[in-house]
Amino acid sequence: MLPELGHFALILALLLAGLQAFFGIAGPATGRERWCAVVVPAVAGQFVMIGTAVACLIASFIANDFSVTYIAENSNSALPLFYRITAMWGAHEGSLLLWIFLLSCWTVAVAISASRLPPRFAARVLGVLGLVSFGFLLFTLATSNPFLRLEPPAADGRDLNPILQDPALAIHPPILYTGYVGFAVAFAFACAAMLEGHLDQMWARWTRPWTTAAWAFLTIGISLGSWWAYYELGWGGYWFWDPVENASFMPWLVGTALIHSLAVTEKRGLFRSWTLLLAILAFSLSLLGTFLVRSGVLVSVHSFAADPTRGIFILAFLIIMIGGALTLYAWRAPLLKSSAGFDLGARESFLLFNNILLVIAAATVFGGTLAPLISDSLKLGTLSVGAPYFNPTFMLSMLPLLALLSVGIHASWKRGRLSDKRRVLLLTLVAAGIAAVILVYVVYSHAKVLSPVGAALGIWIILSSLIEPIDRLRRRIALPRGMLGMTLAHIGLGIFVISLTTVESFTVERDAALARGERAVVGNYEFRFDGVRNIEGPNYGGVEGTIVVTRHGKPTSTLYPQKRQYWVQRSVTTEAAIEMHHGSNLFVALGEQLGAGKWSIRFQVRPLVNFIWLGALIMAIGGAVAASDRRYRALAEAASVRAAPAPADATPAAPAGEAAR
Amino acid sequence: MTARKRRMILVFGILAGVSVAGALALTAFRQNVTFFFDPSQVAAGQVLAGERFRLGGMVTKGSVQRAPGSLEVHFVVTDFKHDIPVTYTGVLPDLFREGQGVIAHGRMQGSTFVADEVLAKHDEKYMPPAVARSLKQRPAATTGSAGM
Repeated sequence: MLPELGHFALILALLLAGLQAFFGIAGPATGRERWCAVVVPAVAGQFVMIGTAVACLIASFIANDFSVTYIAENSNSALPLFYRITAMWGAHEGSLLLWIFLLSCWTVAVAISASRLPPRFAARVLGVLGLVSFGFLLFTLATSNPFLRLEPPAADGRDLNPILQDPALAIHPPILYTGYVGFAVAFAFACAAMLEGHLDQMWARWTRPWTTAAWAFLTIGISLGSWWAYYELGWGGYWFWDPVENASFMPWLVGTALIHSLAVTEKRGLFRSWTLLLAILAFSLSLLGTFLVRSGVLVSVHSFAADPTRGIFILAFLIIMIGGALTLYAWRAPLLKSSAGFDLGARESFLLFNNILLVIAAATVFGGTLAPLISDSLKLGTLSVGAPYFNPTFMLSMLPLLALLSVGIHASWKRGRLSDKRRVLLLTLVAAGIAAVILVYVVYSHAKVLSPVGAALGIWIILSSLIEPIDRLRRRIALPRGMLGMTLAHIGLGIFVISLTTVESFTVERDAALARGERAVVGNYEFRFDGVRNIEGPNYGGVEGTIVVTRHGKPTSTLYPQKRQYWVQRSVTTEAAIEMHHGSNLFVALGEQLGAGKWSIRFQVRPLVNFIWLGALIMAIGGAVAASDRRYRALAEAASVRAAPAPADATPAAPAGEAAR
Repeated sequence: MTARKRRMILVFGILAGVSVAGALALTAFRQNVTFFFDPSQVAAGQVLAGERFRLGGMVTKGSVQRAPGSLEVHFVVTDFKHDIPVTYTGVLPDLFREGQGVIAHGRMQGSTFVADEVLAKHDEKYMPPAVARSLKQRPAATTGSAGM
């Protein structure tokens, strides 16, 4: 009964999304106020219907209703309750429903705050969101319905893929998707502005908090995935330039460019059409990400499903959405041109370089990700592109970006002067250089060429980001949230760069064959293998090894890596044992029995690797803080009083250090 | 310097930067792409001497051998027309199994493929598309074919 109810709710949601799209777009176009008034009730109704569908699916999962195909394929009666719930998005059909549900949540949030926007503009934004939702609902109902029944019902389910039975991966898809889907809001704002044929600094002020919030979610989602890959896949890496990782990384890069370009559009009214283009691109790449992951066209560690009809549908949807938006752009963008100029050394220039470098980075990732696909379809041979391509090309655009960042945040708007910051800036650069040399040559004592450069850039970013807040604190001037957020995010980036450098330069790893009582020396640590014992969990059995770690003869810790065999799918997973010690992660993964009483074991000592995710987390927190800045809300309220878009008045030249994010 | 001149400098600077980046990316691309070959293509001599490539196919049943207690493992990768012996030293992935699809990175040394990385796919139902396609001539062999 519940599955049918959910199915029916989805069909109703599709109809409501159609209404929302039609009246939201056609209402303002024909000037019919009463049409626009239908939009918000349609949003609410759609949210209720989609919520019902999600609740029905989760309830069926909890009740172990194996007469539903999707549940029979992705759950099992022995599965713990928590994973029975998260199994809802464990595979393609459910994760699409999750996508739609999150889009509906974002839409409701926009609708709630839309009372502060001009009504026509709000209707257009919601209309475009309805169109996106309509496409995805149609896709779900036509090709990937999670509510289809299985005839005859299965006695028990085939279980959730064991590598997905993990807390981090359970919450990874919702957070990542919240970020992906959040760019739909920026996209809808961009389309609405183009339909309106009008774009001013108020528009940027409305769009910024949504975009920054989506970006923060995407940041956390990507890092969760990377963290999971690190401890669960058993290889001990944190980034593989895997197509699916790239698929989430490209929207992140373009989204990062977008939040910086929006800063210029808000403060100075410049980069307008460029901002629009980035908003379209960011969402297109989110859609492309969905396409790449779900169509199975790419060889990937994540591709679970491979179904060509789905791929073709998403591709068609992609072409309609992106093609439509780009056509609109070609038609309307010339109307929105900005004319003011700026000096070469002004902050606008630095943000322009930021945008160019980020887009180049996204383009190189894009090329490397799609090249195998293109070469394959043109029958040029099956090829693969990996870290040897991505690392140098990516670094090529990132190094100048990092170097320009420290200077750029101190440049003033419009005029190319570094004002009084030049001396402090030079001082921080020298300090960063010295600190980097100490870190690289004294603490770790050996290095590659780029190690001191990377470390110095990271430290410089942190120091230089702190100049302005410290200055303000000393002079007792308030620190607005926007600026605090920017500072936090840049410090997070600095931490990220430093830890990335140390991990890439100083990681020691070794695969060894050890019998009980034998030792392996890796870096400064000695690992003694004390044999294995059998273990049993709720839905798996396996073995657990005991590894005693000592450093310079002193006992450090004991690690228990596991090898699990899940009963239903008969598949084996590696549960690496990881412990942080002196900032380094000790990583031990149990391999297999080699005979003669020996086991293959992988050891890694990665310095500061945890700080990679910590840095990303700080970046995301910075984004959240910036998005909560009071000025977005205050100004939106002021605008609703005026009931019309504010004139593009010249913002007084902001002092150096005013929030760029 | 007039505003126009400054803008021209900016535009040319950006253009130069972008083209340098593009050229470098293309070079990096050409040098670092690895091709995928199946055992028949290797047997037909399509692989350049010393070239690093990805070998894909099925692990022949009963071919996995190792000296007790050694990390070095030997197995045979097949597409049911030709066989290529492979050696690898290190920890094998969880889903590496006889009769399953596998992709190995490495180089030919004589008639043996020396792998430095071995990948098996996570989902048992899943077969790397390249492997699935090269095995298509023998449908019975694609037991693990992709699809839900």
